[in-house]
Amino acid sequence: MMNLLLNLINGISLGSVYAIIALGYTMVYGIAKMLNFAHGDVIMVGAYICYCSMSYLNLPPVVGVILAVIVCTVLGIVIERLAYKPLRSAPSLAVLITAIGVSYFLQNAALLTWKSDPKVFTSVVNLPSLSLFDGRLTISAVTIVTVLANIVIMIALTTFTGKTKMGKSMRAVSEDNGAAQLMGIDVNRTISMTFAIGSGLAAIAGVLLCSAYPTLMPTTGSMPGIKAFTAAVLGGIGSIPGAMLGGILLGVIEIFAKAYISTQLSDAIVFAVLIIVLLIRPTGLLGKQIREKV
Amino acid sequence: MSSMLKVEDLHVYYGSIHAIKGISFEVNAGEIVTLIGANGAGKSTTLNTVAGLMKPRTGTVLFEDKPLIGVPAHKIVSHGMALCPEGRRVFLQMTVQENLEMGGFTRPAAEIQQSIESVYTRFPRLKERYKQTAGTLSGGEQQMLAMGRALMSRPKLLMLDEPSMGLAPILVEQIFDIIKELHKTGTTILLVEQNAQAALSIADRAYVLETGKISMSGSAKELLHDERVQKAYLGG
Repeated sequence: MMNLLLNLINGISLGSVYAIIALGYTMVYGIAKMLNFAHGDVIMVGAYICYCSMSYLNLPPVVGVILAVIVCTVLGIVIERLAYKPLRSAPSLAVLITAIGVSYFLQNAALLTWKSDPKVFTSVVNLPSLSLFDGRLTISAVTIVTVLANIVIMIALTTFTGKTKMGKSMRAVSEDNGAAQLMGIDVNRTISMTFAIGSGLAAIAGVLLCSAYPTLMPTTGSMPGIKAFTAAVLGGIGSIPGAMLGGILLGVIEIFAKAYISTQLSDAIVFAVLIIVLLIRPTGLLGKQIREKV
Repeated sequence: MSSMLKVEDLHVYYGSIHAIKGISFEVNAGEIVTLIGANGAGKSTTLNTVAGLMKPRTGTVLFEDKPLIGVPAHKIVSHGMALCPEGRRVFLQMTVQENLEMGGFTRPAAEIQQSIESVYTRFPRLKERYKQTAGTLSGGEQQMLAMGRALMSRPKLLMLDEPSMGLAPILVEQIFDIIKELHKTGTTILLVEQNAQAALSIADRAYVLETGKISMSGSAKELLHDERVQKAYLGG
């Protein structure tokens, strides 16, 4: 019983990381109508920045996280400006291939900078574990912080897109960017802003991920990136609550598959779930059914 | 009368298709001008080009003597010109109120609420539904919302692209009444319509567009009684 509960909590925590990454995928897809496959690698860059500031510069973890967020935010804006903006009116296949190219570029740049040997990431959360039920259930502090971070991000993003002018204009662009331009909304600026937010969140996800699973390599971001993309599609790409739901479901399924079925097969099971969901609901769990009035 | 909008020798291409073949027209302050023509004649392309959504190959567009070609679409609305696009294109997943807020995107925050109120006074139906998402509105209500949204920028020139499209006759009448009212309160209007009868009956002047060229122009009254126009567009 305690095991089940623990697995559930760990699943939600891993899923929270996927959800934070998936938000970046889904927002960029919603607004720029492109799949940014380099998003996973931004996570890795964020983790390295945090690692370097803590291990080489001996800065406190909070400063490391803030630096990671700043660097990734800028990186996201620069990637969009240099690699994707020139392709604004190009066929989507060209953009997709470019995104894959950016992904390899980031991985190899990291390989050159930080070498291939895995770094042991020191957790940014230095708090004691939480012990419940007379010590029969121990939850690590990182797990709790990750879930809390996810909740805070979810509330902040919902407020941002629902209440602020900038957030509302992002929703307008994601629905109809031509009409949004007629309103006076600068679509390029909105897309840039979206990349900034998504990449900043990726940095947080990277730090949390490496705090829980402390091996850091140039390829660290790619698998979580793909899983988060899966989560975004599972929840319904373009939908913010969908990314949350998809991420958490995926995390729980993965941990349960690892615990009760097979460690080796867990990834296969995760992707099998995606295929099944998409067969039944092609737009994802919370995906928008296109309804239009004539 | 001074010309508010002046379009000269405009050529627009879709890839290699020559959609607009050198049209010129003008709209004077205080007028209702209509562009009529069959499907595919280039009416919407013309409006979209004036609004900056499409780039012409050559030609000039002057709004109050300022050249607009090359100005990005999102900067055009603050010159005092708004387009209410074909097919309404309201933001279906946003509420009525949010749609109007978007319409006032370029206006200072302090003035928005007041403008929203004045849109609600003109369209009481929108006020009743201010919290509903636009996707739940009927076609007529969506058209009112699209017009209200365009008015939020306080345009001197309002361009309306097929406002009667897909609406029941009673609603068409209502929409045209609203256009007349807007005109009375000082808004200059450029109206694109397939419903030539209704458009010509409220317009001051009209241009007939045929496969990318202007084939006729003149006062709306003249064109309404012109034999060729009647044959081609008025079912006479």
